[in-house]
Amino acid sequence: MQRSNTRWHIAVFLAPAVLVYTAVMIVPLFNTLRLSLYTEIDQHRVFVGLENFRTLFLDPIWSKQFWNALANNFWFFVIHMLVQNPIGILLAAILSQPRLRFAAFYRSAIFIPTLLSFVIVGFAWKLILSPIWGIAPDLLNTVGLKSLYAPWLGKEEYALTTLALVSVWQFVGIPMMLIYAALLTIPDEILEAGEMDGITGFSAFWKIKLPLILPAIGIISILTFVGNFNAFDLIYVAQGALAGPDYSTDILGTFMYRTFFGFQLQLGDPHMGSAIASAMFTIILIGVCIYLFGIQTRMRRYQL
Amino acid sequence: MRTARTHFPSAVAMHGALLLYMLIALFPIFVILINSFKKRKSIFREPLALPNSDSFSLIGYKTVMEQGDFFLYFQNSMIVTVVSLFFILLFGAMAAYALSEYRFRGNLLMGLYLALGIMIPIRIGTVAILEMMVATGLVNTLWALILVYIAQGLPLAVFILSEFMRQVSDDLKNAGRMDGLSEYQIFFRLVLPLVRPAMATVAVFNMIPIWNDLWFPLILAPGEEVKTLTLGSQVFIGQYVTNWNAVLSALSMAVIPVLILYVIFSRQLIRGITSGAVK
Repeated sequence: MQRSNTRWHIAVFLAPAVLVYTAVMIVPLFNTLRLSLYTEIDQHRVFVGLENFRTLFLDPIWSKQFWNALANNFWFFVIHMLVQNPIGILLAAILSQPRLRFAAFYRSAIFIPTLLSFVIVGFAWKLILSPIWGIAPDLLNTVGLKSLYAPWLGKEEYALTTLALVSVWQFVGIPMMLIYAALLTIPDEILEAGEMDGITGFSAFWKIKLPLILPAIGIISILTFVGNFNAFDLIYVAQGALAGPDYSTDILGTFMYRTFFGFQLQLGDPHMGSAIASAMFTIILIGVCIYLFGIQTRMRRYQL
Repeated sequence: MRTARTHFPSAVAMHGALLLYMLIALFPIFVILINSFKKRKSIFREPLALPNSDSFSLIGYKTVMEQGDFFLYFQNSMIVTVVSLFFILLFGAMAAYALSEYRFRGNLLMGLYLALGIMIPIRIGTVAILEMMVATGLVNTLWALILVYIAQGLPLAVFILSEFMRQVSDDLKNAGRMDGLSEYQIFFRLVLPLVRPAMATVAVFNMIPIWNDLWFPLILAPGEEVKTLTLGSQVFIGQYVTNWNAVLSALSMAVIPVLILYVIFSRQLIRGITSGAVK
């Protein structure tokens, strides 16, 4: 076969994707990391080394906001791990039962909230939970639990958890679908072999299926982690950029937006914004590395 | 043997659990939709009742139509989504073909480089992206959004498409080469049509986050002329926060296109997810 030495077509095939990806994603990513080492003095960009990070972590005003946002973000993530993923796994386990009627219908219906924008989700829940409209207290009243009602989004102690649960409501469809897909790949022979040994129903799920879908659970965990640590939209829509009440729902995404873009009287500071972005980058990178090297490689993969 | 697996009471319990969760998933959407067709008084008096001849009103929709430029927003969202998807698919498929078809030095490295973006969110680079868009004059244009979404969508697109392209038979491509087709013709005429199902999967995966994104429209294109539907409804609802009719109608108008698209594409989407494309 005749082949010229320089195979230009390879470059032509690769060039558009590599150029756009490099120019719009990779270069700005590193530029943002670089900008975090600068500050603006008299309208000039001045290199200050790690000064911005010292401010962020140690300055009383900044560090209070930063650690608050970071702690809130962790809580946001914990709720997703404890509520969203178990519910998703449970729904997937039920849906994957053979010969369950209407499975496709349930699956499609439960996935609908995942498709909606944060704007719809945030406002819809804000209205429903609102004491003015009264849907939430009325519903609680019908089951005799009216005393439990509080204007959750307006209370410092409940607002973040409430918003995390709204986010769980929206995204349950993703772990459900991915786990469902993983459960479908388990061959019937394995389950039938289990049945022969008397392992059926719930114990079949615990002893046979769950170990087999652990890699998928690992994937949904890291997806949840990355998604939660760059979340922004839901909090912004429901509580505004100030992430009220009194910053109790502030997470890294909203903190970075406020810092970098400015809000009301606060002027935007791209360099401090970059410093926060770099902190987010580091956190996400640590999470991804723990997953890739600590969890994924150690997880036993079964040849199915 | 298999009859032992689903007993009657457990089937009831399973349907009960699914129905309960379905109710939780759909109830908020249902409440918003029914109340958007009611008079203000009935919205508050009986929020859970369906609209009837007495309470029916389109006043909310009227306000939305008159006050908000929803058709413009809708058009902007359509342009951004469709153009971004087109380039994600074209560029993504080309790069995936190069990586899966040819052996060349740096192939693996290039694949890893492009895969970085699957895990690292593009939002981290927002500060520098905004500076770049300001410097190039692209800020407040739809192109700013389109470029960002292309870059955001490419990594996963390349990853999924190259998995599929490895399955295209070599005999077919070699037969094409024998017939004197150029490498470009082989790609566009022989390979692309064969990976259409995978392209549809990639398209559906990317469509939802692009259509729903609030962050980049807010930062890169907040101008009235270039607002997307998501940003437009956020701003509109923020302004009309006390006009419940208008807010509920605006929310419903934002929900309806998504529901229609879902009805059309749900099979594709679910097949895409469950086929293991995201493993």
